[in-house]
Amino acid sequence: MSDIKEKISQICPSATFTEGETLMVTVEEKDWYPLAKALKETKGLEFDVCSAVVGMDWKDSFGVIYYLTSTSRNWEIIGIKIPIPDRKDPMIHSVSDLWKVCNFQEREVYDFYGIKFINHPDMRRFFLRNDWKGHPLRKDYDADPKLNPVPTEDEKNEDDTVTYVEDEKGKVKAVKGKVFGADEYVVNIGPQHPSTHGVMRFRVSIDGENIKKLDVVSGYIHRGIEKLSESLTYPQILHFTDRMDYMSAHQNRHCLCMCIEKAMGLVVPRRAEVIRVMMDELMRISSHLLAFGCTAMDLGATTAFFYGFREREMILDIFEKTCGARMSMNYNVIGGVIADIHPDFVKDVKELIRIMPDRLKEYHKVFSGNIIAMNRLKGVGILPKKDAINYCITGPSGRGSDWSCDCRKKHPYSIYPELKFDEVLLDGCDSYSRYMVRMKEIEQSCRILEQLVDQIPEGDIRAQVPKIVKLPVGCWYQQVEASRGTFGVYIESDGTKNPYRVHFQSPCFNLVGVMDLTTRGHMIADVITICAALDFVIPDIDR
Amino acid sequence: MFNFGIWTSEFNNFLLGFLPEWLTVVVECVLIAVLVLLTYTVLALFYILYERKLCAWFQCRLGPMRVGKWGLLQVFADMFKILIKELISLKDTDRFLFKLAPYIIITSSVVMLACLPWGNGLQIIDYNIGIFFILAVSSIGVLGILLAGWSSNNKYTLIGAMRSGAQMISYEISLGLAMITIIVLAGTMNINQLVWEQDSAWFIFRGHIPAIIAFLIYIVAATAETNRGPFDLPEAEHELVAGYHTEYSGIHFGFFYLAEYLNLFIVSGIASLMFLGGWMPFHIPGWDGFNHVMDWIPSIVWFLGKSFFISYIIIWFKWTFPRVRIDQMLAFEWKYLMPLSLLNLVLMAVCVALGWHF
Repeated sequence: MSDIKEKISQICPSATFTEGETLMVTVEEKDWYPLAKALKETKGLEFDVCSAVVGMDWKDSFGVIYYLTSTSRNWEIIGIKIPIPDRKDPMIHSVSDLWKVCNFQEREVYDFYGIKFINHPDMRRFFLRNDWKGHPLRKDYDADPKLNPVPTEDEKNEDDTVTYVEDEKGKVKAVKGKVFGADEYVVNIGPQHPSTHGVMRFRVSIDGENIKKLDVVSGYIHRGIEKLSESLTYPQILHFTDRMDYMSAHQNRHCLCMCIEKAMGLVVPRRAEVIRVMMDELMRISSHLLAFGCTAMDLGATTAFFYGFREREMILDIFEKTCGARMSMNYNVIGGVIADIHPDFVKDVKELIRIMPDRLKEYHKVFSGNIIAMNRLKGVGILPKKDAINYCITGPSGRGSDWSCDCRKKHPYSIYPELKFDEVLLDGCDSYSRYMVRMKEIEQSCRILEQLVDQIPEGDIRAQVPKIVKLPVGCWYQQVEASRGTFGVYIESDGTKNPYRVHFQSPCFNLVGVMDLTTRGHMIADVITICAALDFVIPDIDR
Repeated sequence: MFNFGIWTSEFNNFLLGFLPEWLTVVVECVLIAVLVLLTYTVLALFYILYERKLCAWFQCRLGPMRVGKWGLLQVFADMFKILIKELISLKDTDRFLFKLAPYIIITSSVVMLACLPWGNGLQIIDYNIGIFFILAVSSIGVLGILLAGWSSNNKYTLIGAMRSGAQMISYEISLGLAMITIIVLAGTMNINQLVWEQDSAWFIFRGHIPAIIAFLIYIVAATAETNRGPFDLPEAEHELVAGYHTEYSGIHFGFFYLAEYLNLFIVSGIASLMFLGGWMPFHIPGWDGFNHVMDWIPSIVWFLGKSFFISYIIIWFKWTFPRVRIDQMLAFEWKYLMPLSLLNLVLMAVCVALGWHF
């Protein structure tokens, strides 16, 4: 930790440091870009992953917080805080050329705060309509419905984009550009389309069957969860997490609970920890089974889809018995879990572990081993390891590119350090590898369940939690391994019972960022394959 | 073997008894047309239920169960539903072609249906170039699909039509070559004679290795011709929503739907005609007693049984295999299937020339 401070002070003498759970570095805007470049490229630092970008409004100034991770420094994470005092026309230099993942992340910040990123190649809104007035996460945002009435007309397809370029004198001017040329044949895939797994829209420029460019148009089910959270209390915001990536409901909620518990200094009883981890792994199996089924169905093998759903049904039954719901379980709460496990829980989980190996063999027989499926998946959607890191593609998709990025191993949390399981890594870098990583992770999750199912200790399921949950002043960042990658929660508290700012760093947001990169040069049918193998869930992107 | 021709000629004589000859022909034509359309509808309904039940069986489900016993009446309910649906007219479509397209498709499949040998003496159209005629008519269907895709003025339908044009024209070559292989063995293109040629044994046994290869090529090419999985790219619902018929509604959509199922029956019927003896019962040369027992089963049962069996195979792999990609599909045809069928044709010609067949 200390050598980082030294090195950063050498590069940027004006930086100030705050020690918290992670080192927080505050720098001025003019020093930011050189520092970012140095952090990424200096030997011994090499912060090659941009884990999260959080826009902020501290009332007297705007700001952006970048959370950077260094894979070579044992996944050490630091936060960089850049305040922007100019409230009228806030601007900051973009780092999207250093970390490609920032391309979409910075567009999100622009959308919510109106902070313009200088040299960003494509400064459009990301979630809201182009004609939206105001930037909703600003603290002085006017939420009057008269300003932004429910639109009665279709949104126009706007191909205009803008880049803010700085000249030698430091003057910034806007350079207009076009997303698609006038003579390009642009086909919409979505927002209502069977294979985007939700209301996602891709605008695809094609030449015959070949893809020339893909533009992501997001926000069709944007619910403003981050904005909503600011006006609710901590127990009230918990249920949002189940509704982002509904296939990692338990993991997401686990993450938010852990973040709040960390801030409160709460110790969770052992029984609750074990139950939480078991639920996480059940959720992971269920999610990967759905991914298997959807991949098969998107490729046209409808029968395999039903095989996947048959086993997923067993897991949903387990959830239903214990949590009372099959989706949106609302099970984790601050300090533990909401209810004790059902008496059948252990029996049902054992039955699931017993049948899974045979069923996996059946899946491979009916789908993975099929020559057509292999031809469709292999060599499609190549994502080399360095791009996976640069675009921060975590989870099974990242591990399919041979990037060891399992948060359960890198930032161990809960009882994962005690458990024996392998991180599945494949080096194909294509859709087939991503698909196979998921299938093998089902085996590993079963292995974790096997270790825990007879070891659920007696005791409380919940710690004593005060009636009104208040967090001390400060900020916290917590990550977990959700079904689709690293899920992060950033909370900033001003000491009241409402959070000052909550940011959810969802893995699918990054996944959709590589769609353009991976689909170029492929065919229309491959877009569907790549979607299915990346396996993103739209509500998690849109939040 | 019972010859249905006795019934039809008796009916002809009965009509001639009190009608002039020209009117007899007119009455017979009208009756035949009604009969063909009726058969068409009933078969389509049967096939819809057949496929739904089969795919449910493959997928550990029950399929339709609510309407009637075991859901037997479900297809009738669906048919009435589709009949009363509104025909939505769209802006900016080529109206004439848009409305014409479903009729072209349905006409081509009705005409093909009329060519099939249903039983001994049960055949409507019997040219001396029967097989050639079937091949020619089947190509008209492509035109309907292309028109549907073009006239809808939609990007998805256009891509679907483009794909189907490429696909059907390519696979027609293998389909034709597989059929020519059998024609070489049979020495005739007349459908009735083709069936009678298989009196001693079916072509798939008579022509042994080349005939079996031709049969496999035919099944693959026929699946592609009927746009069924794994070759269902023209309507790949996960890529193109519904491909060339995305914009159709009501009975116009129903026509595409019916034609798709009937084409499945027709290609199965042609397969049973070319390889499995049409309506000819299973005969083993020399086993006269056995052959006689087989003859007791009515010829129409043989024909339908064989066709349903082949359809079963085609349905089976539709619901098991993933869909291929357009470039893979074309490469498969032009690089593997067509050279193979050409070689197979040569092989068959050699076999026939040297008398190496049964």
